[in-house]
Amino acid sequence: MRASAEVVVVGAGVVGAACAYFAARAGLQVAVVDRGPVAGGTTSAGEGNLLISDKAPGPDLDLMRHSLSLWRSLDLGDVELEPKGGLVVASTSAGFDGLRASVSAHRDAGVEAVLVSDSELSAYEPELAAGLAGGAFYPEDMQVQPMLAAAHLLRSSSAAFHPGVAVTAIERDGAGRVAAVRTTRGRITTPAVVNAAGTWSGEVSALAGAELPIRPRRGFILVTEPLPPVVRHKVYSADYMATVASDSGDLQVSAVVEGTRSGTVLIGSSRERVGFDRTFSLPVLRRLAAQAIALFPFLARVRAIRAYRGFRPYSPDHLPVIGADPRVPGLVHACGHEGAGIGLAPATGDLVAAVLTGAVPAVDLAPFAPARFAEVTS
Amino acid sequence: MSTLSFEGREVPVRPGQTVAAALWEAGIRSWRTTRVAGRPRGLFCGIGACFDCLVTIDGTPNRRACLVPAHSGMVVTPARAERAQGGTAPGPARAERTPRFDVAVVGGGPAGLAAAASAALAGARVALVDAAERLGGQFWRHAEGATGRGHRDWSVFSGLRSIVEERVDHIAGATVWFVEPEITSSPPLASSRRLVLHTSAGQVEAGRLVLATGAYDRALPFPGWDLPGVVTPGGAQALLKGSGVALGERVVVAGAGPFLLPVATGLLAAGVQVVGVYEAGEPGAYLRRLGALPAALSKVGEAAAYAAALARRRVPYRARRAVVAARGDGRVSEVDIGRLDRSGHLRPGSVETVACDAVAVGYGFTANLELALALGCRTVRAADGGLAVGVGEDGRTSVPGVFAAGEVTGVGGAALAVVEGQLAGSAAAATAGADQLSGRDLASLRRRQERLRAFAEAMHAAHAPPAGWPAWLAEDTLVCRCEEVSHGTVARAVGLGGIDARTVRSLARPGMGWCQGRVCGYATAALTARACGRPVADADLLAFAARPFAAPVRLADLAAGADDSGPTPTPGPR
Repeated sequence: MRASAEVVVVGAGVVGAACAYFAARAGLQVAVVDRGPVAGGTTSAGEGNLLISDKAPGPDLDLMRHSLSLWRSLDLGDVELEPKGGLVVASTSAGFDGLRASVSAHRDAGVEAVLVSDSELSAYEPELAAGLAGGAFYPEDMQVQPMLAAAHLLRSSSAAFHPGVAVTAIERDGAGRVAAVRTTRGRITTPAVVNAAGTWSGEVSALAGAELPIRPRRGFILVTEPLPPVVRHKVYSADYMATVASDSGDLQVSAVVEGTRSGTVLIGSSRERVGFDRTFSLPVLRRLAAQAIALFPFLARVRAIRAYRGFRPYSPDHLPVIGADPRVPGLVHACGHEGAGIGLAPATGDLVAAVLTGAVPAVDLAPFAPARFAEVTS
Repeated sequence: MSTLSFEGREVPVRPGQTVAAALWEAGIRSWRTTRVAGRPRGLFCGIGACFDCLVTIDGTPNRRACLVPAHSGMVVTPARAERAQGGTAPGPARAERTPRFDVAVVGGGPAGLAAAASAALAGARVALVDAAERLGGQFWRHAEGATGRGHRDWSVFSGLRSIVEERVDHIAGATVWFVEPEITSSPPLASSRRLVLHTSAGQVEAGRLVLATGAYDRALPFPGWDLPGVVTPGGAQALLKGSGVALGERVVVAGAGPFLLPVATGLLAAGVQVVGVYEAGEPGAYLRRLGALPAALSKVGEAAAYAAALARRRVPYRARRAVVAARGDGRVSEVDIGRLDRSGHLRPGSVETVACDAVAVGYGFTANLELALALGCRTVRAADGGLAVGVGEDGRTSVPGVFAAGEVTGVGGAALAVVEGQLAGSAAAATAGADQLSGRDLASLRRRQERLRAFAEAMHAAHAPPAGWPAWLAEDTLVCRCEEVSHGTVARAVGLGGIDARTVRSLARPGMGWCQGRVCGYATAALTARACGRPVADADLLAFAARPFAAPVRLADLAAGADDSGPTPTPGPR
């Protein structure tokens, strides 16, 4: 392990890998450390959603728009990037009214969006249940294989990658600036640390003496047997956005269904605040199955062969934390993406690289500023 | 004559045969093509673990032909990634009240039968939950109405079966897909624990659980191993013992382990020409170690009887040999057999080609650990390099109220499984308040267990998988049969950051298909570790051993228990 770097990225998930990629592209000498392998945390529990459809106009949308354009332009090798488009469906007329408003707002903001009447739904998804109120189609939504994306970003960065190495301390100099990172395999002198530790970002931030209120929000996904191509797009229920935005720690479930290259259908989504409880909750899996069948009746006779779970890193205001920490010069956060991390990874990486090199960031960083938590002690 | 229809052919069906057996007997070796490369597949493991044999039966797709009993008039069509057409899914059989027992035993093989019988004899209320329709597991797999000819220790089986039929609730055809620990006190006490088994035939509740879920053949990849006609020894045995069908006319038996012997002699007795038995290990070493063990004589006698049967029919039994490649056009027609050196590596120039029409090849067994892992039981590395449930005295796992017996605690054969079943069943019943075994009986059983364990360990040392097997793989040799992941792809995944088997699985998909890593787990773990220059770690094996669903479950069945009274999402600004 080299004893020094110009920046140490903590976390080799998709966000950390993207930070390494863009920092290296900006000419910095980068080291990446992770207590596990590449994409060993939440990235490996993601679906690979690159959604613009679920981002309300505002900072979220700006960030995702930038990220999507980066996804399209990155030359990473086969990460199974698929421009499959997203279909949001409403089961009630109130829900459809909400979609109509969203489509309008999105189009005003320059996002491609098409309102889909109830009779037009089956042209998009022939197997959708009858009786839905309507939907909205977003051609820009895409799919990627998140593990491959993280691995390729990391490899393309040519960063010095140290898997299986945990950070034990972040040293600061007399002026409080970051001076070095201590790990289980030695010390790396560095003026900059990027905290891309996902759901564990709070722990890493605390090592530098700065609290960050990132908490786990557990999610489950059901995986079906391999099927012929049936579900064409990412299909999700219009109440999805409400579950994401909810501050309740109780179980929030909202149907998300999509097909994959291997033929399996992935079924989500659930959100709960149960700490890091890794046990499989049958009641949640049952609800996911029921909701999926309500959207796609053919799924009733299809079998689930697997389920998996992960812990989304969420911040209290549901916006990611991207930027320099005013309390610790040299500490840059890139975390708190809560279920949107894969989609937002390239933009996050690009913005972090700008912060590190003093360049003008492509997106206004004010809404994501770590300073908004500077008063928080957890 | 009873027949089923397959692609316009009328295929004869004999009573008790599986669909796979009926097709096989009619000379059909493949009835499916794979999704990616259209490879022909038919039977491989023969016991429901590998999902290679999927076929559409009477319109229902993706049924395992090796498990489904064949009936007259059945319409069987090749499976090509299909899904069920239309109609509403029938609901699961739902009892009004979930039946409750003192002890539930999962698995109807030697360990499960012994555990259920012992627990019942102690006075506990016992359920035996078994995925198969007939008791016996793999070791005592038999056709309907079998009398014991060709089976070992049949009298033990029929004795146990009688006790079970009389005193145990035998829940047959019930595949456990999930187990829920329902803790009714905090901190959890063994006395207040209630475990719920979710099965394909409804739910079962018990205060104690004995896991006797057995094992399936461990396969090592080699070029051509996915050709129709290449099966596991267990698959050959299941065809013969369960359905009375011989694997082929000119069969090679290979791999490692004492199980190759009864497979070969069984085939011989059925009139098959066994070309040879090719053992990768060094059984001579086993016999030498055995000499130091008490009661070794019966084991030596057993081996000698098999050897004599082979010798009588001039079937060569060769040690330090392995099948390193198979070839054929749509089905196997020849194999390459190589000689191995002392370290298990192929001697250059030692390969000879042998014509055959079927191959039974396997290297020991892998335990079915999903339920134990789902319950949080601690695992250990067993003498054969695989994972096993860690058990203390009398089969106690690290989880209160959960016991384990038989191959899941470490592969060791049927006699050991029966002893472990007796100990675990008795202990489970005793902790549930039933009678205890006498101190003398306990001591005697435990001594017998120790002796048989020692055998098993000697056996594993003598029949280890050959260390050099990875060198036989070509770039395009499949490692994962289900997802058609090649050796080259696995190697590239290691290079992309796959420093452990779990990461390789996530990057390249071995273990993500139908069988969820049952077949390719050991090989992927070994190849990953080897490429990283380190030994296989428990974590590598665990990545392929844990399965949240122990068996596929229909979404309608999952949904049927859903509670819709949860909080509705409250809209809010994003």
